[in-house]
Amino acid sequence: MKIRVDPDKCQGHARCYGLAPEIFDVDDYGQASVIVDEVPPELEEKARLAVANCPEYAIEIVSD
Amino acid sequence: MAQTAPVSDWASDFDVMDPQYLADPFSIWDSLRETCPIPHTNRRKSSWMPLRYDDVTAIAHDIEHFSSLKVAVIPADEDEDPNENFDGPNLEYGLPPISADPPLHTWTRRLLLPWFSHKRVDSYVPLTRDLCRHLLDGFSDAGHADAAGDYAQQIPVRVIAGILGVSPDLSDTFTGWVRDILEFADDAERRQRGAEGLLNYFLSQLEERRSRPGDDLLSELLTTEVDGKPVDDGIVLGMAALVLIAGVDTTWSAIGSSLWHLASHPEDRRRLVAEPGLMPTAIEELLRAYAPVTMAREVTQDFEYHGCPMKKGDKVLMNFPAANRDPDAFADPDIVQLDRAHNRHVAFGSGIHRCAGSNLARMELQVALEEWLTRIPEFSLAEGEQITWAGGQVRGPRVLPVVFP
Ligand code: HEM
Ligand code: SF4
Repeated sequence: MKIRVDPDKCQGHARCYGLAPEIFDVDDYGQASVIVDEVPPELEEKARLAVANCPEYAIEIVSD
Repeated sequence: MAQTAPVSDWASDFDVMDPQYLADPFSIWDSLRETCPIPHTNRRKSSWMPLRYDDVTAIAHDIEHFSSLKVAVIPADEDEDPNENFDGPNLEYGLPPISADPPLHTWTRRLLLPWFSHKRVDSYVPLTRDLCRHLLDGFSDAGHADAAGDYAQQIPVRVIAGILGVSPDLSDTFTGWVRDILEFADDAERRQRGAEGLLNYFLSQLEERRSRPGDDLLSELLTTEVDGKPVDDGIVLGMAALVLIAGVDTTWSAIGSSLWHLASHPEDRRRLVAEPGLMPTAIEELLRAYAPVTMAREVTQDFEYHGCPMKKGDKVLMNFPAANRDPDAFADPDIVQLDRAHNRHVAFGSGIHRCAGSNLARMELQVALEEWLTRIPEFSLAEGEQITWAGGQVRGPRVLPVVFP
């Protein structure tokens, strides 16, 4: 699975980091980024949870 | 205190300071959402109040039509000059970034954000934990406490004082000023007193920091340069005041409401004690269900929003708490589900003004609940004793008597 954060939509709520620090980081200015190239299978569930909890709809699944 | 007539028609004459709204806003939102999801009032000022999740988030993102220059839910009288009796720099910029639109919003927000990044917030955990334990030492043997006054209220103000580099000994004074400004805003005299106290205090602190800078937020704001120029004193003052105003009542209310929920819902309390791993999801759910903060926007031009004829200068109350209870956005919104997996709540707002302190607030709420539940796993509301709730801009319990074995 590949995912990305849309920097124009992200407002730094950090829900993604809270749910899956293995997949996301949020910088000092509240900008989230994906820190893995591919989401390993055991983390896919967490990635989906992050997508479903981002209040800005900023996280996209690029490929499943 | 401005006395207001009881409300009979919530769709055309609502009042967020009405006793019925303070006691139970939830059922009012529920019935309005069906019939009139953007009620209007002429009380205080022509104001609209979106209650649906989609409307609240859409308006929060439409900064062209909805300005943040006036964010107070209870407006100051139009002819009342907030600086009239205040001898100091004019707060012509208000309290940036919350009362600012871009571009001022953008750079003032950037100055604050690193102080509340998740890494920085992690470093405030030990201090917060010690503080909570110390407070619990004060009453855990007594068998009863005011969970709001003795505990919730005491935590955020001391953490913020540390970040700003001001004396925690003045915590009660700070709390008093912030309550005057937010909770008793309907009383012009109290509001003025709170604003003056707070601004005069920070003004003297700025002078002190200028001669003896420390490693605190105030000192940094004074020494930082933006586009090669120091930040205007009035802006520094507004930002410092904002951090205190925004960080105290809000977080204290969230801690208090969460303790109220756990006191009155033993099955949830026991589950959280038994399954501590549930805490992060539980925190988000408690924030969703008891979101404390309503903000305001000002309409920038006459236009029609979803059939509502909005006029330039009208107020729009950003009812984040009501959005969080919208059945179109959350299944069974009035039921607290500590393990709710899908929860895009907007307790911290939405769009460019997303709460700059949200990492800090979450940490304080989590540590406060963890420490309380470790020391006092069993507790309940004290029978026959009065609980008081504040509402309007910030909703939460102000007196919350609980008993425990
Ligand atoms: C549970 C506690 C808290 C809640 C529910 C809360 C809620 C909010 C909300 C809803 C906004 C958006 C305002 C708007 O859209 O106009 C906001 C903004 C803000 N909050 Fe919080 N807040 C909390 C705690 C804190 C804390 C601890 C701080 C610490 C400094 C803080 C600082 C700020 C600041 C600086 C802004 C302005 C951000 C901007 O305009 O860009 N808040 N808060
Ligand atoms: S949850 Fe969404 S808005 Fe928040 S930091 Fe992550 S991607 Fe950004």
